[in-house]
Amino acid sequence: MKLSRKGTVNIRWSLISSFFAFSFLVIAMIVGDSQPAYTLPIHKVNAVPAFARKYGLPCSACHTAWPKLNDFGTAFRDRGYQIGNDRDSPIWQNPAYFPMTARITPNWHLEHTTNQPLDSIPGGGSGSTTVSGSFTQHGFDLSGMDFWLVGTLYKNISFSLLPSSDPTAVWHFENAFVRFDNLKGSSWFNLKFGHYELNELISEKRFLFLSSNGGLYQSYHFNPPGDSNNFGLGDNQSGIELMGHNANSYTRYSISLLSSNEGGVNFTTDVVPGAPPAGRTYDVFATFDQAFQLGHDSMAASRIQGFVYAGQRPTNYQTSGGAPLVGIDNEPFYRVGVAGDIYIGKLDIMPFYVHGYDNVYLGASVPSSGPNSVLPTGARGPSWNAGFVEFGYYVNPQFVAIGRYEAVRMQTQALPTNASNYGNIDAYSIGYRWYPFMYSRAGLAFHNEYSITKSMGTIPLSGDGVGALLPASTASNPLPIWSSSLMIGFDFDF
Amino acid sequence: MRMKNAAVSFFSGVAFVVFLAAGTPCSAQIDHNITPVTTTAQSKVGSMTGHAYGVVDSGAQVYRRYCVGCHGPAGDGNGENAQWIDPKPRDFTAATFKCRSTPTGTLPTDEDLYDSITRGFVNSNMPSWRPLPPDIRANLVAMVKSFSPRWQTEKPGTPIQITAETPVTIESVLHGRELFQKMECWKCHGPAGKGDGPSASTLTDSQNNPIKPFNFSAGDRFKCGATNADLYRDFMTGLDGTPMPSFADVIKPEEAWDLVHFLRTLQPMDTKERELWKSYAAAHKTDIKPIGPDTGAQ
Repeated sequence: MKLSRKGTVNIRWSLISSFFAFSFLVIAMIVGDSQPAYTLPIHKVNAVPAFARKYGLPCSACHTAWPKLNDFGTAFRDRGYQIGNDRDSPIWQNPAYFPMTARITPNWHLEHTTNQPLDSIPGGGSGSTTVSGSFTQHGFDLSGMDFWLVGTLYKNISFSLLPSSDPTAVWHFENAFVRFDNLKGSSWFNLKFGHYELNELISEKRFLFLSSNGGLYQSYHFNPPGDSNNFGLGDNQSGIELMGHNANSYTRYSISLLSSNEGGVNFTTDVVPGAPPAGRTYDVFATFDQAFQLGHDSMAASRIQGFVYAGQRPTNYQTSGGAPLVGIDNEPFYRVGVAGDIYIGKLDIMPFYVHGYDNVYLGASVPSSGPNSVLPTGARGPSWNAGFVEFGYYVNPQFVAIGRYEAVRMQTQALPTNASNYGNIDAYSIGYRWYPFMYSRAGLAFHNEYSITKSMGTIPLSGDGVGALLPASTASNPLPIWSSSLMIGFDFDF
Repeated sequence: MRMKNAAVSFFSGVAFVVFLAAGTPCSAQIDHNITPVTTTAQSKVGSMTGHAYGVVDSGAQVYRRYCVGCHGPAGDGNGENAQWIDPKPRDFTAATFKCRSTPTGTLPTDEDLYDSITRGFVNSNMPSWRPLPPDIRANLVAMVKSFSPRWQTEKPGTPIQITAETPVTIESVLHGRELFQKMECWKCHGPAGKGDGPSASTLTDSQNNPIKPFNFSAGDRFKCGATNADLYRDFMTGLDGTPMPSFADVIKPEEAWDLVHFLRTLQPMDTKERELWKSYAAAHKTDIKPIGPDTGAQ
């Protein structure tokens, strides 16, 4: 039984078509009234993103299309947000200068997820049964908001503080660190201390996808269904990082020692209250990347990176009255992979591959010691392969078309009774961003994106779902759950 | 069926907006904002040929992405940020450049411009663009040359010869100190090289903007390169557009090296020149006459 009927579908798409027509009309009005960027009224707006204001450089100096960094932006960040001209210390700035930028994306979006367990009678109650259905929601909305302060405290001492909120203004610290740059006068030694993004070549924090299903890399957050490990490569972590680079940041390395708290605070495993307690072990993340110029007409250098993350997570807790206090009985896991950022002319191709492995006790969610330490028969440490190919085609500095295909494939299931494809994911995204003006005080992008995922027997990582339909879909016989997002928004950075 | 409808709607929208957004205003903005004298400018840097126009990421496109905010769409140094910047951005329409390997008054070589873009300028808003791929920097050189008609009628000067550096001795340092006094370098740079000479506050550049003499005591690297040879070249070519003249016709090459060796003693770095001077100064405290007016420094 399907809850959605043809009639309601037609009405729904009629509404959507109307919205499209309206959005195109708005764009046509903007475009029709377009003038050279320097005569746009917004040119006079007296508001400045942090670095553009400090150095007088346009957004495009550091970004291929913001927020994605280009070669110069990468080197600037690697130097500790300094251009290295002895004008980096705050003493050179006008006292009114404040290193702050704010970003949010008012948007309209549509979310649609299939194969969901729904009540046959809305509201449930007597006579209602659980049936397979789809649900769709759409409307105007807000993204989360970033309120980023970043810059230098002194020459060769930089900082970052990024309070970030969800659309309801519940805040957490996305990052907060201090960095000691160019130790011993060498760019090969920079020490970062605090809470920060892992030094990944392909940054999930700076990519060009924003929709619910497309706004995350599946490969960065996937863990097998039923696994107790909550690690995500895309999650900011807390620790200390030694990082180095050559003069143009074409050769880079980093080594991080990280708490095993998944970037959490107060010795818990998340940045929001109520999360489980963390263990007392430490993780290690190491990277090495090299850039090179591919051909003579590429808009940027190409880069490749190898990385490895190794750590432990608790399988049990020291408790008091049953309440968990400290994570114990830690068991290992690792992620190892390669990434690329290849420029061919105006085309940017980003391949990524990661192999993941979790210890059997993590995979089966069983304590590794004590009376409850009983593994199911035939249990094994789960492993998987994941990756994606993403592209961006820069028609010009103000327009970029984007797309991505991503796949997660289980290699070894933790439980032999699981189907081999249980947890597998396929994800597709396509879209574009148009920057109606380009100058050095603020940024605006018109963002349009469509993303769709297929996850076998589990809800998508976007969270756009309530679960798999039981008993029709089980670990041994998973059904695909399709989830799609359509997003139109104005992404601005001020 | 529903997904098919969604896809059709979405892709129709994409095609329409791509046509409107990318097809008309964006491509138009790239070239219409920039007003070069010539669109055929090229550069030769090593084995690279840079193009102002006509190739992927040509100089015009890259100039717009990285440079136009300061140097302006006409290359005249009147970009939207120029009003906030000190020192002011270079005016490419005048084709006058500080850092050259060529004699004063002549155009620089393409390599000179390439090196300037690569190196950046200390104590200014001009960063090092070394992270950009070499071909893109070569395209930027071509673009810089497109803003002045001089590049169409004149050829770059012949690079000066930099003679082999003379040995670093206390005699060389002392002779350099004499030259510093005799040639009145101290009037701008100050007796201790702090950029605080009696003429310092009166200096202006060729655009009539106030300009400060280099402060050796700050320990900054030199604008046109960090090595002794770079400093030697500065003496012999002068920094066109600034009050710093060329001394090519005034001092001999070995004297220029003596001056280089003395200037190194004014910097707070641990150099052989500074060590020699410190030892000499400690042993000859009473013999050393101060640099400045009405003295005969030794």
